[in-house]
Amino acid sequence: MPRAPIRWRTVAVSEVVDETPEAKTLVLDVPGWPGHAAGQHVDIRLTAEDGYQAERSYSIASAPEDAQLALTIERIDDGEVSPYLAGEVRAGDEFEIRGPIGGHFTWRVSDGGPLLLVAGGSGLVPLMAMLRHRADQRSDVEARLLLSARGLDDVFYRDELARLENVAIHYTLTRRRPEGWTGYARRVDVEMLTEVGPAASEHPLAFVCGPTAFVEQVADGLVALGHPPDRIHTERFGPTGG
Amino acid sequence: MPISRGFRGRRAEVDPTRVPPGQYVVRDFPVLSAGPTPHTPLDEWSFTISGAVDEPVSWTWEELLALPTESITVDIHCVTKWSKLDTTWKGVSVDTLLEGVDTEGDYVTAWSDGDYTTNIPLEDLTGGQAWVAHTYGDEPLEPEHGGPARLLVPHLYFWKSAKWVRGLELMVEDQPGFWEAAGYHNYGDPWKEQRYWSD
Repeated sequence: MPRAPIRWRTVAVSEVVDETPEAKTLVLDVPGWPGHAAGQHVDIRLTAEDGYQAERSYSIASAPEDAQLALTIERIDDGEVSPYLAGEVRAGDEFEIRGPIGGHFTWRVSDGGPLLLVAGGSGLVPLMAMLRHRADQRSDVEARLLLSARGLDDVFYRDELARLENVAIHYTLTRRRPEGWTGYARRVDVEMLTEVGPAASEHPLAFVCGPTAFVEQVADGLVALGHPPDRIHTERFGPTGG
Repeated sequence: MPISRGFRGRRAEVDPTRVPPGQYVVRDFPVLSAGPTPHTPLDEWSFTISGAVDEPVSWTWEELLALPTESITVDIHCVTKWSKLDTTWKGVSVDTLLEGVDTEGDYVTAWSDGDYTTNIPLEDLTGGQAWVAHTYGDEPLEPEHGGPARLLVPHLYFWKSAKWVRGLELMVEDQPGFWEAAGYHNYGDPWKEQRYWSD
């Protein structure tokens, strides 16, 4: 655990990337960033002209090896902070962040595998940091990603995912399927987890991130398949958010 | 601090004296936990006070329910920034559980199913400040919210209110728990915004 004090620092947005109609990646210049582990998050603090402030947490999407810090933020319709970050913010804007935060939902190549990543919607973000870290390190740790999304157009980083080497990627599309879709088309269940693998006998390290109900379902499913609870790391976000 | 161009915010219509700095008020009840939800059958469940005590003491589920139950209405504050006001619980006061327990410890490690621990000074668990809660609203506490029973220490950030709690270990020396060892604040006072270790 790096012990750099977790202090607020002002950052500038260097680039805004459209991921989906509802989500944007903010690429940030963070002078003096102490470094992070894949899976960690930051706190963001926005300040209105009259001094009113709002804070929220967002997962880091970039790998520790990347020169800039990237956050992917999905708009929550009745949210307070996400509609601003995923809507208003332009290159050159400034706000405050602090971090990195979180020491449990993290993966380094030295932690080994096999790696089983299960994402619901924007729960992909911290898992993407792990896949990017793995690619940057040219790690040969076996990795699988099961990604549940409403439709293909809701999937972040689609082109980059398609280019990743040595990662078995499985999509399940719960609402909208392209014509001729041959992938999964239902919510993640035990049968799907069995097919995606790895089996509990291979002792995989699992990271599950998504909405609460999704994470409960997947984590319960993995436990039912015999995976030891201490090999299943979870990060849940409720319907509430920013 | 920099002004966030065009940010207005959506100010909640709540009493500002009830919402600690950096928090926002929610109506739902978000869930945060680090691993799968444990499901311990009630006939295998027990609650134990151990550690630096003359004699460990423990209760079965039935015995816990037979202890005096208090109704509690409190505001809760999660380190991930949501606060929920006027939550209602039923449970057993830690004062009741500690009656007759002699200890030289000044600290407590609360431990839970799923290998979760959190550390709290003993003086923060006594004097009507903490409960082992088994009912939320009028319903048995759901597993994803920590049922069958969770610690309830509403004056500290909510990670101190250990879900799936199974016991309190009295400690002579303070021992950082799960999140406390992972960079979160050792004490966690929301009114001082003690989120992370360096706050």
